[in-house]
Amino acid sequence: MTWWMHIAVVVVVLIVLLNVPIGLIWLERRLLGWFQDRYGPNRAGPFGLLQPIADGIKLMTKEDWVPPFADRWVFIAAPTIVVMAMLLVFGVIPFTSSVAIADLNVGVLFFLGMASVAVYSIVLAGWSSNSKYSLVGGLRAAAQLISYEIPMGLSLVGVVMLAGSFKLGDIVEAQQRSQWFCLTQPVGLLIFLTATLAEARRIPFDLPEADSELTNGFHTEYSSMKFALFYMGEYLDITLVGCLTALLFFGGWLGPGLPELAWLAIKVVAVIVFFMWVRSVLPRFRFDQLINFGWKVLLPVSLLNIAVTGFVVLRW
Amino acid sequence: MWSTLRSLWLVFLHLFRKRATVQYPEQEPPIPPRWRGRIILSRDPDGGERCVACYLCAAACPVDCIALQATEDEHGRRYPEFFRINFSRCIFCGWCEEACPTYAIQLTPDFEMGEYDRSKLVYEKEHLLISGPGKYPGYNFYHRAGVSIKGKDKGEAVDELAPADVRDLLP
Repeated sequence: MTWWMHIAVVVVVLIVLLNVPIGLIWLERRLLGWFQDRYGPNRAGPFGLLQPIADGIKLMTKEDWVPPFADRWVFIAAPTIVVMAMLLVFGVIPFTSSVAIADLNVGVLFFLGMASVAVYSIVLAGWSSNSKYSLVGGLRAAAQLISYEIPMGLSLVGVVMLAGSFKLGDIVEAQQRSQWFCLTQPVGLLIFLTATLAEARRIPFDLPEADSELTNGFHTEYSSMKFALFYMGEYLDITLVGCLTALLFFGGWLGPGLPELAWLAIKVVAVIVFFMWVRSVLPRFRFDQLINFGWKVLLPVSLLNIAVTGFVVLRW
Repeated sequence: MWSTLRSLWLVFLHLFRKRATVQYPEQEPPIPPRWRGRIILSRDPDGGERCVACYLCAAACPVDCIALQATEDEHGRRYPEFFRINFSRCIFCGWCEEACPTYAIQLTPDFEMGEYDRSKLVYEKEHLLISGPGKYPGYNFYHRAGVSIKGKDKGEAVDELAPADVRDLLP
């Protein structure tokens, strides 16, 4: 690819990604409505498609307020971190066999690292808000991080062992040679999905946010576009997780008939729909339950998964 | 684990259920006939105003949203000179209807009274008065009440008994 094509890819990816939350907000609200025997927003525009845009205009015209008791600069910086970290990870995602911004040879590790950086956003937001709810939310985010991060990393080790590479493009090609890793790594897939639910702070692991107990936790004090940035980060996060699940376990762009990008898009949307489905089913975990679950179930199971996968890879 | 999978499946089935939402402006919500909505003043079957301006509705109203002034016409019938209901205050409790001795004031199954201007919510008599008898067809206060008006003395109407002789011992 020539240099201007690289730039074109970056620009297109950025534009698409910044518009992804609009589509996902609509999708999520409609889906939750359907799951709850409602219609969801269907008034603004065809099928209510303009509803997120109306919400966006509303958010932009709201007062952008920094509370006087907040740590001003950290308060302002915090929401940008999560969006920045999430956008950076999309740099290592290969969208088709030939199109990627920079398919790093440590792509998986880069994702794990950036996912941890994103949590700084939540912790800093909770801390700098100087409010009890936000602080508890931020603390929960930190504690949640240590309970899901390790199983999430370990659940990918099986895939990496089978593919023999940390590069996402190579992992998809390895699936082309053998079979999709969702068949050979079902345990890894389950752990990865569970851990990424926690990583994206989605229900049932939305402990830092917890509308009903912490009045929105870490972003209680946020308004206007700063508030919107957190939402943007969350939706970018589930898009990213959808991409990674598709690439690592469901063969990425592999599939018959349709163009490669279409297959990836279908798989990503399927994973996102699954996340929204889970959201409408499960209640929020209690704090100690999450940590117990992370350390006493997910961690041993993922270690066992690694041991079994390693044994099988060595023997055959 | 099993219960999680089961609830995933059960929630999935809800995608195909009938929606509970009533798509309001296009779809009429089901409203029971006794719904307490917009207040009207009805007329008796002969077309005369039922309201006799007794002030009982105004007295019963817990939010004091009814204002009226009684007057009398040349036949000796009492009627309200003006009758005003401030619907921005009204709580649609229906006590005025319960208090009314002549079935004149009634609540109807209509709730679409939204206005952009608050002052438009003050309804005068011409807005309240309807041409029909409302919920009580055939009822005429003056045919039952034993009140004398011009052209009809006590006991002369269709449903009235002649005035009892209070000094008579017989029932």
